[in-house]
This record gives sequence, C-alpha cells and structure tokens, in this order.
Amino acid sequence: MPEPEPPKDEGAIAPTGTGGTMDLATSDGAGLEGLDQGDGKGPDEKARSLWSDAWRDLRRNPVFIISGLIILFLVFIAIWPQAIASGNPLSCNLSKAQQGSQPGHPFGFTAQGCDVYTRTVYGARASVTVGVCATLGVAIVGTVLGGLAGFFGGFSDSILSRVTDIFFGIPVVLGGLVLLSVVTSSSVWPVVGFMVLLGWPQISRIARGSVITIKQNDFVQAARALGASNSRMMLRHVLPNAVAPVIVVATIALGTYIALEATLSYLGVGLKPPSVSWGIDISDASKFIRNAPHMLLWPAGALAITVLAFIMLGDAVRDALDPKLR
Amino acid sequence: MTSRSAEPILEVRDLVKHFPLTQGILFKRQIGAVKAVDGVSFQLAPGETLGVVGESGCGKSTVARMLVNLERPTSGEIRYKGEDITRLSGRALKAVRRNIQMVFQDPYTSLNPRMTVGDIIGEPFDIHPEVAPKGDRRRRVQDLLDVVGLNPEYINRYPHQFSGGQRQRIGIARGLALRPEIIVADEPVSALDVSVQAQVINLMERLQNEFDLSYVFIAHDLSIVRHISDRVGVMYLGRIIEIGTDTQIYDHPTHPYTQALLSAVPVPDPAAREGRERIILTGEVPSPAHPPSGCRFRTRCWKAQERCTLEVPLLAVPAVFRDTHGPAEHDSACHFAEERQVVTSGAGPGETRGPDGEGGEQGPDPDNER
Amino acid sequence: MLLEVRDLQVEFHTRDGVAKAVNGVSYSVDAGETLAVLGESGSGKSVTAQAIMGILDIPPGRIAGGEVLFKGQDLLKTKEDQRRKIRGADMAMIFQDALSSLNPVLSVGAQLGEMFVVHRGMSRKDARARAVELMDRVRIPAAKERVNDYPHQFSGGMRQRIMIAMAMALEPSLIIADEPTTALDVTVQAQVMELLADLQRELNMGLILITHDLGVVADVADKIAVMYAGRIVESAPVHYIYKAPAHPYTRGLLDSIPRLDQKGRDLYAIKGLPPNLLKIPAGCAFNPRCPRAQDICRTDVPPLFEVDESRRSACFFWRETLDDVPVR
Repeated sequence: MPEPEPPKDEGAIAPTGTGGTMDLATSDGAGLEGLDQGDGKGPDEKARSLWSDAWRDLRRNPVFIISGLIILFLVFIAIWPQAIASGNPLSCNLSKAQQGSQPGHPFGFTAQGCDVYTRTVYGARASVTVGVCATLGVAIVGTVLGGLAGFFGGFSDSILSRVTDIFFGIPVVLGGLVLLSVVTSSSVWPVVGFMVLLGWPQISRIARGSVITIKQNDFVQAARALGASNSRMMLRHVLPNAVAPVIVVATIALGTYIALEATLSYLGVGLKPPSVSWGIDISDASKFIRNAPHMLLWPAGALAITVLAFIMLGDAVRDALDPKLR
Repeated sequence: MTSRSAEPILEVRDLVKHFPLTQGILFKRQIGAVKAVDGVSFQLAPGETLGVVGESGCGKSTVARMLVNLERPTSGEIRYKGEDITRLSGRALKAVRRNIQMVFQDPYTSLNPRMTVGDIIGEPFDIHPEVAPKGDRRRRVQDLLDVVGLNPEYINRYPHQFSGGQRQRIGIARGLALRPEIIVADEPVSALDVSVQAQVINLMERLQNEFDLSYVFIAHDLSIVRHISDRVGVMYLGRIIEIGTDTQIYDHPTHPYTQALLSAVPVPDPAAREGRERIILTGEVPSPAHPPSGCRFRTRCWKAQERCTLEVPLLAVPAVFRDTHGPAEHDSACHFAEERQVVTSGAGPGETRGPDGEGGEQGPDPDNER
Repeated sequence: MLLEVRDLQVEFHTRDGVAKAVNGVSYSVDAGETLAVLGESGSGKSVTAQAIMGILDIPPGRIAGGEVLFKGQDLLKTKEDQRRKIRGADMAMIFQDALSSLNPVLSVGAQLGEMFVVHRGMSRKDARARAVELMDRVRIPAAKERVNDYPHQFSGGMRQRIMIAMAMALEPSLIIADEPTTALDVTVQAQVMELLADLQRELNMGLILITHDLGVVADVADKIAVMYAGRIVESAPVHYIYKAPAHPYTRGLLDSIPRLDQKGRDLYAIKGLPPNLLKIPAGCAFNPRCPRAQDICRTDVPPLFEVDESRRSACFFWRETLDDVPVR
C-alpha cells in the first residue's frame, strides 16, 4: 500500500479536499444521504443522552409522579413545618392527655397532652434528615470503597469483600441496641452514623459488582489503550455507567432507613425526647393502643406512607434506568 | 517469507502471555496457567496489512491486546521502530500509545453510552493535549466524522442513536484521532450486518491509503482477511503455525490445520457442493491450560505420528520446500508439511475447480475426511 | 405440504411506535426439504420462526394476521394446550446460543430424558437410556460417561450437538434452526452442519434454516427465501439464487462477498443502512439502497412477481436484474 503523498500537512486529519468527500458519497456507500433515511432519523433529531431518556420515561410514569409529589411535600414540611402547623410540638397540656379530635387539633392529643398533628408534622424532619443523611453517607462510602475495590481488584478487593461479609453478619437491630445504648446525645447524628456504619457494605457490594461489569466493557479498554489515567477511566467511563444500580438501591434503602430510625427510636436507642420523631411517638402511643388508637394511627400512617413513597420512587427509577427489567 | 524493502515498523519476538489460574479466598496461590499466547513472532512492514486468523481461544485477541499495551506480556518483545515497548511506562508508554491504536470488535460496548460522539472522538485529544490545541478540537472531531463518512453535525449525539455500522465508524474515527501509524483491528466487522461489513472494509482500506497506516487485522472470517491482507498468519492454541503472503497461505497452504480451516469455510456456491473436498476435523480445540506436548495440533491431525508428540515443530520454511522458490516456500510449523490446495479460488459461480488442486502428493486420508 | 405460512404479519408495540417485524410472509417446506431463510438482523427471519413455533413474546409482539398451516392445521387458531403437544414433539427448534438454551442446573441427561418423560410418559430410567442413545446419535464421544454432566462442562460444539439431540429426540417432522452455527468456530461449524444434514436425511424431516451466512446456505439448502424488512424479497431453488439473482438486494449481498480477483479494489457495498422497522420506507423497503430504484419503487409496494414456476421476486425490475452483469 505505498501511498506516495500522505496528507501530513499541518497535522489535520481532513480528507484531501473535495476528492475525499466525493469518495464518501459514491464508492463508500453509507454516504450522508444514506444515513439520514437509512435509520429513519432526520438530521434535526435532538441529541438524547441516556439520562434524558430516563427522565422522559420517569415523567410519564404515574408511580413516579405520585411518589415524587409525596416526597416533595415531606421535604417541604421537614424544612418548614411552621407552614402547615402553627403550634409547638413540645408545648403540652397534660389535662388534654389522650383526648380525641377537636377543633384546632384534628388528630387529637398524646398521652402527655401534646398535639398529635403538630408532632406528626414536625416528626417528618427527623425522619427525612436521618433518611437522607444516612443514604448520602452510605452511598458515598459504599460507592468509593466498592468502586475502588472493583476497579483495582486484587488484594484490596479480597480484604474488602471479607470485611463486607463480616458486616453483613451483624444483625442491625441488635447492633443498634448495643452500640447506640451507650450514646447519650439526643441528636440525629449518632443514629445516622450507626446506619452508615452498618449500611455501606450493601452499597459497596452493588457498586463493586457494577464497576466490575462496566470495567470489562471495551470502551474502558479503549480509553486505556489511548493512555488514559486511572482517575480518568474511573471518573469519566466507569462511574457514570456504574451509578445507576447504586441510585436505585439507595433510593429504596432511604425508605428502609426511615423505618429503621423509627424502629430504633421505638426501642429507645434511636432519637430520644425532646427530639420529635415518629418512632418516639409510636413507642409512646403503643401503651395506649386500646384506649386511644388515634395516637398511634397518625405517626404510624405518616411513616408507612413515607417509606412506601421512597420504595415506589426507587422502583420507578429502576424501570427508567433499566427498561429491560420491566 | 517475502522480501520486504522497508524496515519493519513493528516486530514481535517470542511473545508469551500466561494467565495464572489461582485458588484461595484471601491469599491466592497459583495452581496453573492458561497459556493464551505461547511464543508468537512476526513482523509488520510500514503500510502493510497483516491478517491474523484462528478459531476462538487461539490467542489472537490476546496478541492484539498486548500490541496496544492493554495486557503486559509474560515474556517476549514488541519492538516499535526498534524500541521494545513492553518495558515502557509512564510518559514514554503514553507517547508510543499514540502511534498504535485499536479498533474493537463490538461497536455496542466499545463506545461509552454516556458520552456524546464528539466527546468520544475528542477524548484522545484530552489525553494527549499536545496533539491538538483546545480551540481546534471541535473542528478536528468534525473532520474525523467526515473522514469516516458520518455527518459532522452529529457531533452532539449519543452512541445509541446510531446503528452498528455507524458506531463502528465512530470507533474507527477515535482510533484515527491521534494519527497513529499502526491500527490493530480485532474482528472489526464480525458484529456487523453482512451488507454493512463491505462498507466498513472499504472504509478501512481507503483510510489505509489516505493515512499510510499499517494494519494488524484480526478476524475469523477467512475471506475478508484474504481481501484486506498482504500477509496472513494462522494461529492455533497460542502459536502461529503458518505465515506467508495471502497467496501462499490460501492457495498453497502447507500446514494441515490451515488446510482444514480453509476447507471448512462455507463457499457461497451450491455448484461447489458436490465437487468440494472437505477436511472435517475430529474433536475440538484442547484447553490452553493443558496444551498437548510437541505439536499442539497433533490431537486433531490426521498426519500425526510419534515425532509430533515428542518434538515441537518450529515455525520455519519446511525442509522439503527450502530453495524451491515456489509459493510453498514459506514458514509452516509442521514436521510433515506438504502442499495441498483446498480452496476453490475465486469461488465464483461457474468457476469452480475440481476438488484436488495441483498440490498434494498423496490423496486424502479416507478415515478423517469426507 | 408439511408447513405452509401464508401472509403472516407480526407487529411489536414499543414505546416509540409499532414496529412491523413481519409484513406478509409466505413460505412452505415439505418433508425432507431444506428451506433457508436468509436475512440480516431486523429482517424478520427469526420473528417468523418464533411465530411458527408459538414462542413469540406476546406482548410486546402481536400476530396481526395470516395463517400457519402445519400438516393442514392452522396453528394460529389452535388452542395453546394442543400447540404445546405439537411443540417439541412434532416441531422443534434449535437456537444460536446453546449455552443459554440449556438449563444450567440440570444435567444434560435429565434434560434430554425430560422430553420422553413429558411427551411419551416414559419412566426416568428408560428416559435416561434413551438420552444416552441420543447423545451417541449426535456423535458425542463417551456418551455413557457424559450423560450426567452439566451443560457448562461441554464445549460450544458439543452443546450445539446436545441441542440438536434434544430437537431430534421425538423425531419431529419439522425442525427450525435459528443460526445454529453462527456462534461456532469454522471447523466445528462444518461438523455440526453435516450432522444436522445427515439426521435430516435419515428422518426425512423438513428443515427451516435461518441464517445470514450465504456460505452455509449454499452448502445445505434446497431452496432459499431472502427476507428484507419483514418481507420476502426473493425465493428460488438454491442454484438460481447464486447463478442469477432476481432481486437487487440478493445481487448486492452476493456481490459484496470478497472475491479473489477483487483484491486491492473496493468491495462492492450495498449503500446505506438496514431499515428502521418503525419507519420502513414507503414503496419498496429496499428503494433507498437500491441502485435500480425508480419513481415507482418509492410509491408502490412491489408484489412477488412470478419469475418462473419456482422463483419469485419482489422487484418491479426483476427482468433487468436477472440480466445484470455481476459487479465483480
């Protein structure tokens, strides 16, 4: 194939003038015109990334719309509970203890005579804070550790896998009872910390598996063959493609963390009074379930709806990110 | 081997790749090795196309991956313009990588689905910023799209908006971006529809002329390899067992495996059905973890004798053909090499030749062939 | 006639619209005959086979019309429980990917024997003995020892033999093989094709061979149907297709095979891309890629013209195409 004059001029890779372009249209077949009608896509068609495709799917999914609205509302009252509840969740009047619904107090009163409506609204803050912070922490720690282990493999991967196995062996509630009973702080942070500690292995496993799958794709090899650095391959090629399952699992996990917070608070090791939490209220109300079921109904209902909303959201996101699972 | 005027641009010597087989949960210990590539040597001249054929598991893809430094050889040398690139690292390796690029088999997994076509083709410039100044990159990417026959306006689209053939063009454009001298193509058309394969082959040939490229073209489709290659190497179980010009290999094969491989290729001509002589091999390719002693092909070879068990045949011109100056005088790793024509060349309708060509001093062994 | 497909139509409902995968396909196979259905991905060749077998995923698929007459009975009007009795027993299918078509947690012997237990009511022990017989028949060495092995313990070629054994088990009168050798190496491919052809001859079965490989077809087929965009564009006895194709698409496929005297020159390439089934071009689906396209091709759908008694071509210009000098 001796070509006397390779077009090496100023390094640009352009076909030599019109000659090259004509070549495309004639002998090479798939000229530009063939391309346009061939695949039925006009040149005006928009660039559609996979994310925007997923978003388009999500917007059409009623499950996403319903769960999304519920979650938006929850976040709103978590940030600004005063907007819909004028009272103070901590101001209680023992004389009204256990009373039912009355004007201005639609959900009735707790055993201490606090307004159930106000406490339920304010309780969202603790739940959402714990859920969101724990999920963020778990997702970050899990993705980083699992991602690195999956990407580099070898000895560090073996170590991480064994460590995850150990963490999987710890029963969550028992671990919470043991670890959190020594904590005296009434803030949400010990609870969040505990959830991150026990929750990251789940995400790390998923991130690791996902990274290993993506890593084997030729496009990662192509980047490596170009001389791309590890960080470039990781951040530009592997992570963007590996995060989808992490997002799905994390969304569903968010709901379970909220439920876990309530469980721990119910058991007395999660949030503690004077914090306001659905778990605490459920715990208090459970003793009076025969006489005053309304005290249990409202916080428990709020909790159930919240958990359900996040799980539904996770399902919808999974469908959008991986249409094949449908 | 044919005489070549130019110095080889790439020279591979005794290339070996063993993948260790390990056992253990935390501390792994080696219990064996898959001998994927076990002593491969060849040369590539500037502007030349070397075809590499062989069945799955013969190690041809591993060779490709070592050539572009995706895999470190266990031993052996890969000399690019005289410099052994297997020992390079860091900056020097990166510089060499610019000159040896790869085109991948599967156009569906070789493009990052979350990047636009512009980002994919422009990535080489991000990694090697010295090649193109930043302001110039968009134009360069569009030029590249044009070169491979795609509309430059598609720069912002994503891979899933293209068909298989178009995606393979994108992969080729990415391979061309750094103006490499060598392109290693691993089965570049086997994932494409029949009617699109020819387009991509033509494109690759045109680019070779236009940019003075050398190709290592790996494929299992023997007719495509013949069309595009100047020389052809046949691999079996980690070794090259025969290598020569396309005419030498296709019309005058001397290694029994090459003969069997060629005779097994379906010929698109029903008229050849009766006249054709097919060597149907018995058994299957042995595991590369436990290759047979001596000649690796002996377990499936109808000519195998005791010598084949004991003595590894070297890749050299067999003694019978030395100084014959005929087309059979080329490297072939067989103790009992003999010429035999198996391909009804041309294979055009109405052009079918008889089953037996001019070669073959002895008739086909009736036990192994039908 | 063993099997006769008449004007079959299959659609797929996707989120982007309705894809017409099969658009009025008719073909027939007789006992002892091999019909090759040739086409690229998206031509509808596999979907047609799935509709015949009754293994189409519904939804998203939908059979929009047509008849599938098997020994005179319209399968599309037959109840599912009756079809199930035909499937496997009198009509069997071989897939491309033998590994995923075999159950990984059951031994090969158990899967082969299952056929006899379900359809013939045999005891497990007898079924196992028949399984060994079958494995012998498809020339798997040491069948007796290997009958209890699992699919992953076999090589690709051996697995495909097992698939063939399974399809043959109840001596069906029709076998549909969907790209049976595409995943195999060339030398193994030859073994498997030969086995398939031998067994077909022995049992006098009808064979529908679905493939994209013009070479494989030339070796074994009696007649060929070429499909493009859900339609048959040409059908003829095998010799005619290669000697004198009557459709420009077939001609293009044949011309794009690399040939010796073409070396150093461009290969002939059909221009453009295979059609998008959501947006099949008006008129003849092949017209945007056809070197012979005229105005009529862009407006009218060509019917299947009768070239002679045994040959059909869906091209307005089949006469001219027949006279074409090959590009090579």
